[in-house]
Amino acid sequence: MATLTMVQAVNDALKVAMRRDKGVLVFGEDVGPKGGVFLATEGLTKEFGKQRCFDTPLSEDGIVGTAIGMALNGLKPVAEIQFQDFIFPAFDQIVSEAAKFRYRSGGQYTVPMVIRTPYGGGIRGGLYHSQSGEAYFCHTPGLKVVIPSTPEDAKGLLLASIEDPDPVIFMEPKALYRTTKSEVPEGYYTTPLSTLRTARTGKDVTVFCYGAMVPVCLKAAEQAAEKGIDCLVVDLRTLLPLDEEGVLEAARQTGRVVIVHEAPRFCGFGGEISAMIAENIIEYMEAPVARVTGFDTPFPNTLEHHYMPDARRVLDAIEHVHGY
Amino acid sequence: MSALELQSVIAPDGSAAGHDPRLCAEGLLHCYRTMLLVRAFDDVALKLQRSGRIGFSIPNKGVEACQVGAASALETTDWVFPSYRDFGVALYHGVTPTEMMHNMFGNDRDSARGRQMPVHFSFDKPIRFVSISSPLGTQIPQAVGAAYAMKLRGEKHVALVSFGDGSTSTLGFHSGMNFAGVWKAPVVFLCQNNGYAISCPVEEQTASESFAIKAKAYGMPGVRVDGNDLLAMRQATAQAVARARRGDGPTLIEAVTFRMGGHSTSDDPTRYVPKELVESWAKKDPVARFERYLASRQLWTKEQGEALYAAAVEQVNAAVREAEATPPPKLESIFTDIYASVPAHLRRQGQAAFELAARKGDAGAGAGKFPL
Repeated sequence: MATLTMVQAVNDALKVAMRRDKGVLVFGEDVGPKGGVFLATEGLTKEFGKQRCFDTPLSEDGIVGTAIGMALNGLKPVAEIQFQDFIFPAFDQIVSEAAKFRYRSGGQYTVPMVIRTPYGGGIRGGLYHSQSGEAYFCHTPGLKVVIPSTPEDAKGLLLASIEDPDPVIFMEPKALYRTTKSEVPEGYYTTPLSTLRTARTGKDVTVFCYGAMVPVCLKAAEQAAEKGIDCLVVDLRTLLPLDEEGVLEAARQTGRVVIVHEAPRFCGFGGEISAMIAENIIEYMEAPVARVTGFDTPFPNTLEHHYMPDARRVLDAIEHVHGY
Repeated sequence: MSALELQSVIAPDGSAAGHDPRLCAEGLLHCYRTMLLVRAFDDVALKLQRSGRIGFSIPNKGVEACQVGAASALETTDWVFPSYRDFGVALYHGVTPTEMMHNMFGNDRDSARGRQMPVHFSFDKPIRFVSISSPLGTQIPQAVGAAYAMKLRGEKHVALVSFGDGSTSTLGFHSGMNFAGVWKAPVVFLCQNNGYAISCPVEEQTASESFAIKAKAYGMPGVRVDGNDLLAMRQATAQAVARARRGDGPTLIEAVTFRMGGHSTSDDPTRYVPKELVESWAKKDPVARFERYLASRQLWTKEQGEALYAAAVEQVNAAVREAEATPPPKLESIFTDIYASVPAHLRRQGQAAFELAARKGDAGAGAGKFPL
């Protein structure tokens, strides 16, 4: 085991995958000799050559469109979109093409590829280096949407995504790239998609979260524990397809639920969790569901710490549903 | 001759004005029969749509030589990324009218199991004729990616991507051409300039002096070809394919042609195409022109042509009988092929739909379980 940051774990996963399978290719903007703007692809061109890890012209549509063609023709592309905020020129390729090839060809043509993209705030990136766009992709049947919150999961989930036969949007919480460190197993292993991780056990309130919100919620849970409130913190890890049974089970355990995400609230992923609970297990609920989310505004720069949910806001919601 | 002058082989009178490749009789007749099959499929599909037996079709009249000429320069190990007006390429390489007709009826034997509109074909044999989507230009960078894979593995295959004049305005055209130029990918870009993007004429699509000249900016050769001249199309495509196989990179071919029908069966071109324009292009009909060439080679008479066309119509009618008698897809098909395996939430949604169908006595509901 080595102690790695999340970005080092991503880098390790890419190296392991590329050593294991010659068909795995990594490309995008500045991912070659520079090693990516966050250094997630550092050393790949040197080790695997520029046929397998290379810079592309500056076009997200081209990156994803060509990745689809490679995947159709037997390769395993792992394309990087430098910031999730820049993915929208490729939205047509992702939503109309990658997500639908299997369906529209009756399985004749499939797109086993991964799009890695850093998302979320916390780096003073303003409107266009901070957004959390997971809901756009979760609304698209045919895609998988995966968001790790620990270095160990970042590696295991990325390797599972590369192995997966369907297109995966792999969103990396850039705020955690260097702020989290953990033991990461060496070599090849996968963490199964569509499974939850219990980040903290508890019996009073269930907190659902993912990505960069997981450490925030754990901190809030510690503060809640000091006040005698015992929180179960669930890291969703894969948003689509979601482990719905696991979510309902975790909600039933406490009957009190807080859902936390950075993305705007309206039509956000928290709304889906809330609706699932209302539709399936309302009789187990002791309190209305509470959501702690980004505001329904663009992402601000100077005041980003007010926009992003922090432990203070999460704790407030925990206390609210606990005292209901 | 400059690359941007219109290249042609067959003169309007049928004589070979350009370099005549002197193809063998069987090769020429295969091209001819394929063009007739495209035309027969079109005619039959139009009647089916007008009589309400299918919902939609896309006519190909006028552009048959582009499709078949280009197809004749490909091997079945090459890949085709088609638009929705390209099925002559599939027919040339042996896809049958029956397979196509299953798609037109959206039945259970359609490769896409009725999930797509008619004419959105997908075939993976005898040639890779990649699943067609409605958004324009998206197939262009995909073809470049598939070609990159060929190059990486050292294969000598090519990807031919076909699109219309309207698609040259899309993001996909720019990124696909740009990536292919930078990567020297083995791609043939076939732009069928058929005069109109639905109702928008080419002069409202681009201020460029031609579509072919756009190749220059991407670092690849561009050629303008008489798209109603099958032999010219074959020759230009063969040159581009040979260049790609040699490892010298992509080529853009602009095939200058004309769409003699509407954009689709939902379109009325008389609202926007001047009558005189249609009449002038009618004289350049690609099938008639090829017939005159065949006649000059003693390979065609009017009677033989009529008999071959009647045989093509009968082949398509037989396909209609088979497709129309094939049942619609089972209800399960809504929930399968979204992922490699059916995830839990789709399984639940499917079960609910099956139970509702069973309660309501819906005879078309299918087996009520996933075929897993």
